[in-house]
Amino acid sequence: MSRATGPVRWPDAEPFPQAAAVQLAKAEQRATLERVTHQIRTKRAAVVAERDDWEELRRAGERIKDRTLRHLDHYLEQAERALTRAGAVVHWAADADQANHIVHRLVRETGQTEVVKVKSMATAEIGLNEYLQARGITPVETDLAELVVQLAGDRPSHIVVPAIHHNRHEIRDLLAQRMPGTPSDLGDDPGELAAQARRHLREAFLRARVAVSGANFVVAETGTLAVVESEGNGRMCLTLPERLITVVGIEKVVPTFADLEVFLQLLPRSSTGERMNPATSLWTGVTPGDGPQQVHVVFLDNGRTDALADPVGRQALRCIRCSACLNVCPVYERTGGHAYGSVYPGPIGAILTPQLRGMADPVDRSLPFASSLCGACFEVCPVRIDIPRVLTHLRAAAVDHERRHLQNVVERTAFRAATAGLSNRALYEVGLRVGLPLAHAVAGRDGLSDLPSVGNRWTRSRDVPPPPPQSFRAWWADQPGTDADAGGQGTQAS
Amino acid sequence: MSTREQILARVREALADVPADERPEHVAVPGDYRRESALEHREVLDLFVQTVEDYGARVHRVGPDGVSGVLHEVLGSRGARTVVTPPGFPEQWVTAAGLVLLRDGPPMSTASLDRAGAVVSTATVAIAETGTIALVSGAGTGRRALTLLPDVHVCVVRTDQVVATVPEAFDRLAGQRTRPITLVSGGSATSDIEFVRVEGVHGPRTLEVVLVDVPSAG
Repeated sequence: MSRATGPVRWPDAEPFPQAAAVQLAKAEQRATLERVTHQIRTKRAAVVAERDDWEELRRAGERIKDRTLRHLDHYLEQAERALTRAGAVVHWAADADQANHIVHRLVRETGQTEVVKVKSMATAEIGLNEYLQARGITPVETDLAELVVQLAGDRPSHIVVPAIHHNRHEIRDLLAQRMPGTPSDLGDDPGELAAQARRHLREAFLRARVAVSGANFVVAETGTLAVVESEGNGRMCLTLPERLITVVGIEKVVPTFADLEVFLQLLPRSSTGERMNPATSLWTGVTPGDGPQQVHVVFLDNGRTDALADPVGRQALRCIRCSACLNVCPVYERTGGHAYGSVYPGPIGAILTPQLRGMADPVDRSLPFASSLCGACFEVCPVRIDIPRVLTHLRAAAVDHERRHLQNVVERTAFRAATAGLSNRALYEVGLRVGLPLAHAVAGRDGLSDLPSVGNRWTRSRDVPPPPPQSFRAWWADQPGTDADAGGQGTQAS
Repeated sequence: MSTREQILARVREALADVPADERPEHVAVPGDYRRESALEHREVLDLFVQTVEDYGARVHRVGPDGVSGVLHEVLGSRGARTVVTPPGFPEQWVTAAGLVLLRDGPPMSTASLDRAGAVVSTATVAIAETGTIALVSGAGTGRRALTLLPDVHVCVVRTDQVVATVPEAFDRLAGQRTRPITLVSGGSATSDIEFVRVEGVHGPRTLEVVLVDVPSAG
């Protein structure tokens, strides 16, 4: 089975509406999220506006990824050959468990009990840290935000800025309490906090023998791997250890080295709003005398082939993990990442998680509905993933699943009654004549905001406006000089 | 069936809707994004200075005889006496600046690189639009660890190495594409705390660029 088995989604996750209600109550988190998402948006908009060829770049990115995905078997085999030729060892993992097993074996072979890690969505997706910890190996997250999340015993809530839900005061307290050697009078200036993280991690970099990373891109023609980062922790992990293990989703392949010129323009501007990120490392297998001499690459499926099998949903695999869709999303901005219950939050998470995991679970089925379909995510996506289209496609799939597998008696009965009423004009008119004045009397001037029983599912997030005392047709028939029947004919004919 | 075969079989099964006679090159990729800039080279150089300085790094523009002077000024003012010098870097620039070379031959240990305060290197290509310097592991640039562990990196860029756009840079890198390549844009930085940009995390916290005027090739 290649369906994702690992914790792409967190085991204790609740369906989105319930999880969102919990997150929305956190006033301080909401203030931080609003401020930070708006800052990133503004920065991104400014550097994107500098490019008069932004749309051309987006289309190139889209098509390079489409070319790769439509011929993924070809490119995977080509990448494997190139990597092997360059001295790397390629492993294949169908699911999280196989990937974790491979990485653990490769670490154990070295006799080391500690690995340094570069922030990686793929290893978060498979729950590698938990797997290694349970087997006596300490993974050290070296990205500042990942380190904060790790120290907090918390979960990431954003793809690029995983600790976005913590403000500087909370981070100061975490470092002071949980990071050995931190002076108790540490201030909360971000520069001071970053300097403390540098001191703490320096030793870990210098003693590390094994590193685990992800990769942003794998070049099929050369076997070149790319890591795009900011802090320089990636360079440390990719350069100093003797053994480097890179876990990479099979959709990360791009055909040629020159294709990187497109993605290295799209990604930094979309992600952190910079013309270019501070550091990008490109390496091709083993280079004698420079960097790790044992290079391993694990190709990970974990549900990707299921997403690939859906011609509409497939485009989600173009994603280059920039987070632009999170930063512009009116839902994400308010709920934050934890409400999505997945390592992939936000609009991209709402289409990726259910595709990687399937629709069997109600939490996964709730995610495509976590959107107002405003379309901002599609507008900013650097590889033009039509997220609203995939969301509605997956909503249909969720409903289909429930129709096939669940007996929702209330819903079914309600829709049967509606079908009967709406397909018979006489019945419909009677319903209106009796129902409308009744509903009008009950609702009063302000409408309904608290319907009983199942009606509550509608009114808990919106009001029902007061219905009119009579239908338009009844009102029309009452007007002097009109012929109700002629009006009815006209309506039917149009 | 091996896992590899299983995954490849699943990929092929998933792509059943792709016509059997479609080749990868049949999926057209438009290449109509900008490859070059309308700017003259003189303006490209000015742009490079500006974009690098936007990252908080300093750029020193000098003539061919001015490199030692900048090294002396930049490193001497920080109290550096020694400087890591990759094989192939013009050593007379360092000695004329009154600094002592730390040669990477035999290879310096990680610990001694960690103790070294500064490194000088050449560059391979520089990109004006993004303020990026590409270091291809090799003569003058050294292996990657040399320009990673010391806290100050002084990078000597020749004006004929500066191109305007990212695609131009990739054209120039094509011949060395399987060597280790590091693209640096300013010093290391983080925006992980409230998205406030902090310059200098791991790796060199200070990047100083020496832009050396050489007669333009074209």
